[in-house]
Amino acid sequence: MSAATDKIAFNVNGRDVAVAAAPQTRLADVLREELGLTGTKIGCNAGDCGACTIRLDGAQVCACLMPVAQAAGRRVETVEGLARDGRLSPLQQAFHAHGAAQCGICTPGMLMAAEDLLARDAAPDEAAVLDALGGVLCRCTGYRKIVDAVLSVAAGAQPAPVDVDGGVGARLAKVDALPKLTGAEAYGADAWPADALVLRAVRSPHAAARFTVGDLAPLHARFPGLVRVFSAADVPGPNAFGIYPVGKDQPVLADGEVRYRGEAVLALVGDGATIAAIRDEDVPVSWAPLDPILGAAAGVAPGARRLHARLEDNVLVRGRVARGDPDAAESAAAAVATGRFETSFVEHAYIEPEAGWARRVGDRVEIFVTTQTPYMDRDEVAHVMGLKPDQVRIIPSAVGGGFGGKLDLSVQPLIAIAAWHLKRPVRCVYTRPESMASSTKRHPATIAARFSADRDGHLLSAVFEGDFNTGAYASWGPTVANRVPVHATGPYAVPHVRATTRAIHTNEPPSGAFRGFGVPQAAVAHETLMDELAAGLGIDPLEFRHRNALRVGSVTATGQRLEASAGLQACLDALRPRWRDLRAAAEAFNKTGAGALRRGVGVACMWYGIGNTSMSNPSEMEIGVARDGRFTLFSGALDIGQGSNTIMTQIAAEALGVPASRIRLVTGDTDLTRDAGKTSASRQTFVSGNAARLAAEDLRAQLARLGNTDLAALPEISPGFVAIGRGRFDPPTTALDAEGQGVPYATYGFAAQLAAIEVDTGLGTIKVLRIVAAHDVGRAVNPQQVEGQIHGGIAQGLGLALMEEYVPGRTENLHDYLIPTIGDIPPIETLLIEDAEPLGPFGAKGIGEPALIPTAPAILNALHHATGVRVRRVPATPDRVHAALREAGVAP
Amino acid sequence: MASYLRPRELDEALRALRIAPRVVLAGGTDYYPARVGKPLDDEILDISAIDALLRIEEDEAGWRIPARCTWSALIAASLPPLFDGLKAAAREVGGAQIQNAGTLCGNVCNASPAADGVPNLLALDARVELSRVGSVREVPIAEFVLGNRRTAREADELVTALRVPRPGRPARGAFAKLGARRYLVISIVMAAAVIETEGDAVASARIAVGACGPVARRLPHLEARLAGHRLGMPAPAIEAVDLEPLTPIDDVRGSATYRRDAAATVLARLVEGATR
Repeated sequence: MSAATDKIAFNVNGRDVAVAAAPQTRLADVLREELGLTGTKIGCNAGDCGACTIRLDGAQVCACLMPVAQAAGRRVETVEGLARDGRLSPLQQAFHAHGAAQCGICTPGMLMAAEDLLARDAAPDEAAVLDALGGVLCRCTGYRKIVDAVLSVAAGAQPAPVDVDGGVGARLAKVDALPKLTGAEAYGADAWPADALVLRAVRSPHAAARFTVGDLAPLHARFPGLVRVFSAADVPGPNAFGIYPVGKDQPVLADGEVRYRGEAVLALVGDGATIAAIRDEDVPVSWAPLDPILGAAAGVAPGARRLHARLEDNVLVRGRVARGDPDAAESAAAAVATGRFETSFVEHAYIEPEAGWARRVGDRVEIFVTTQTPYMDRDEVAHVMGLKPDQVRIIPSAVGGGFGGKLDLSVQPLIAIAAWHLKRPVRCVYTRPESMASSTKRHPATIAARFSADRDGHLLSAVFEGDFNTGAYASWGPTVANRVPVHATGPYAVPHVRATTRAIHTNEPPSGAFRGFGVPQAAVAHETLMDELAAGLGIDPLEFRHRNALRVGSVTATGQRLEASAGLQACLDALRPRWRDLRAAAEAFNKTGAGALRRGVGVACMWYGIGNTSMSNPSEMEIGVARDGRFTLFSGALDIGQGSNTIMTQIAAEALGVPASRIRLVTGDTDLTRDAGKTSASRQTFVSGNAARLAAEDLRAQLARLGNTDLAALPEISPGFVAIGRGRFDPPTTALDAEGQGVPYATYGFAAQLAAIEVDTGLGTIKVLRIVAAHDVGRAVNPQQVEGQIHGGIAQGLGLALMEEYVPGRTENLHDYLIPTIGDIPPIETLLIEDAEPLGPFGAKGIGEPALIPTAPAILNALHHATGVRVRRVPATPDRVHAALREAGVAP
Repeated sequence: MASYLRPRELDEALRALRIAPRVVLAGGTDYYPARVGKPLDDEILDISAIDALLRIEEDEAGWRIPARCTWSALIAASLPPLFDGLKAAAREVGGAQIQNAGTLCGNVCNASPAADGVPNLLALDARVELSRVGSVREVPIAEFVLGNRRTAREADELVTALRVPRPGRPARGAFAKLGARRYLVISIVMAAAVIETEGDAVASARIAVGACGPVARRLPHLEARLAGHRLGMPAPAIEAVDLEPLTPIDDVRGSATYRRDAAATVLARLVEGATR
């Protein structure tokens, strides 16, 4: 029999340890909190994500599902044990060389699962790799580079050499990969002072309710370790935050009314054991539920209750782009295609939940936190705390995935307020259900669209009406409502356009930023209708798109003339041979009568404006040179796994004319770096990359003026540096007028993708067999990183198409909310088109969001090719596909 | 303060349960997910140190799968084709991490409507061995799983094993699972079959469907129609009456209508494959 006080002894990575922990404590917690082995990550505490995978006596298990008592006397191996004497293991080297780690949060779990496999089977095939790694979720990579890395080790290949010096165009290995591979990287939950208190929010179980908080004295009496319970009254400044000056409507802690399930109402702060012991039902909150407004249609229904007093119709914002006379044009058209489309809430499902800690330093507060936007966080926290921005310092942790979801505040104001009042460090780590319930989502969209074309297959008109469910608070709702109309035509020249959008409040999670800002939803509509128009006119779908593709000289729906770098036709040209082969192969397969199976191939295109819509979004960079000739790039461009640390280094190296290994990086700390804006809108390569280039060019010019002077002999102009170059770039755009006319973006990414799928008509299931992706990126600063973005975007697009649907209260975990696993992502062929953007750094544009946008409609178009059935609501889950097949008489 | 017992001997475990009810923990793969963000303050009986509950045993009467047998141990065990369905299910439970820790007995005790083990155990005609101080009883699996998260286990009992009887004739098992992604997926529908053969015909069939009601159910009408079916001949079509025991619901994984249709398709393919 074990008592709580007995020490539990086991071996970790060859070292004998004994811990005094309660025996039921999760082994993952003991490894992280007691032994400091934070390389073992916690993504869900439920065995759903595999981030905590370790080996126990050689076999992979989830450390979050194992009582520490069961480790007694056994051999535990964690990621920290892989590298020996500072040398990466062959598997780690392979991950490095293949670019198999992006954000790196799943990497320890992937490595341990793969180690388990390779110990049992020295030469596994791909199927064995998929089976062995199937229990670890990755949200960044699309898995293919991980599979390649494991197979390369299995094949006994010498690890590929890792490029550490390359400039623009080189496959430079990720400059920040090593700590991700060894487990040394500090994510939001991985670093905290020993004396930190723990904070946990009490959240609303209701979508809409009024509430009162009762007497807290009994709670304090029962839990002496409870230091303080914070409420709305403790927010020092305005208890309202939000992205836009006009949209500051979200309370840090709700004040008597909640507007969505998961909204924070109180914050409990105390020692960790106490906070863990308090159940929500122990806290005296009395709820008076209200009838919730669910769905955008309910939000604008006559007589609907107002969510916010300032909005009488629950419409947060309207967007509009209008040009020409679409109604008249349509009346003269040879073909018209019309459709109504629906999409769902989609969860970002980064594997790292929100986490961080804060402390008060004099009259300042410092926050270590996982974030995509340190400077906006600084300003927002200062706002709710009634401080000046320079009284807040944001020190970004490594970020275990963001995808837009870490552009909004989460733990930041809670821990800042608590640390401020208590004058002690305060730490907070969200649970997975808390993360999913409280964080923003992709906007569900209801879109009615109509396109027309003439007899020759030239588009004439587009009419697009989109309602976006923006949930309880403004968040990034205005961005979606403004970006979508600009992109509503798809990447095609359409002379007559009317595109309108509404962002509508409901009692559902705030919809915010998610990779694409509404454009993926719009693409489902326009790409389906392109296929239908092509079919109506008897034109091949790919050729129809080619005929209408925006190109240099085209005028967009906002009246912008594209001056350069519009490579959609080149993308389609690159796809054409694969399109013909794959279409023919699918049609041949279907003629063989393969039972219930049908194959199909679909194509879809996209365009995407890089950077903010018609708004200034500058980046500033500095690069210094020391007496020893080493360079330090001060980059505020936050790398959330997508690779901007590497890209900025390559651009600076190229502009300086030095090897990349000569450049050291200081990133993202608001006290140390200049504002490089947020990591969103696919803007870092284009905008911050330009700032890095300009800073490096500035420094290079300064050094050139010095001639052959010995750097070591120069005086330091600031500590450690003899010269500093500075660069600033803000993309040239103009405001849009009332009809949405103007220059919303300085440049656009373009892409076309093919999806080859197999449909089981008996069950309605879809297996994606292959994706071919052609992307015009202007210039691939790092082809490996670009491929990684494309793979990862495709995986998210596949999830959007087939399985992802967040339902508040129902899918607040990673087993009811499904994201693609390693077995769901097919081989991906990437074709990089480099139609250089003259404004871009060395010609480069962005890739982060473009990668995702065409995938879902390509799959839906492939479904139609396979079966003749159209599904206009995503995700196209098996039951929805089956229902559509039955209705069409295709299913048995 | 909650207590945590981790005895080495079965007797000690049973004595503890006689004194007071405890949450029984083996692999932890259901215990911890049910307590995300909640205190771990249960009175726990951890059976993972009881060596007597580890190894699969075989005798004339059949097989005994003890309480600590994991999915991985089952996959690795040398077992006849009768167990092919159960092994197929084992490969589909969670990921390798879950298979290495989770147990079949735990799957049964957790009594999820979507438990991948249960339809197979119904098809195998398995019995649940329940031990308490001084006595052991066996309950047919169909009488053990009573509803969603409800079983016939009394508070002072421990499920010590599953017992699978040895069929009197050659037998083969099969399993099929339908989910919305490749790995780590909770079944929308699943079906298991055990076919006993005599010569080139089906002598008897036991078929069960899971995730189509609070508990997995046998399909007696379909089983009866399969008796005498010639192997290799086209399998009989699934009829509505075959599915009468099923009571599927609408949930996030699929509609009731879809579940019923999909169950018919899954069954038709399963039967076709198992009677080849």
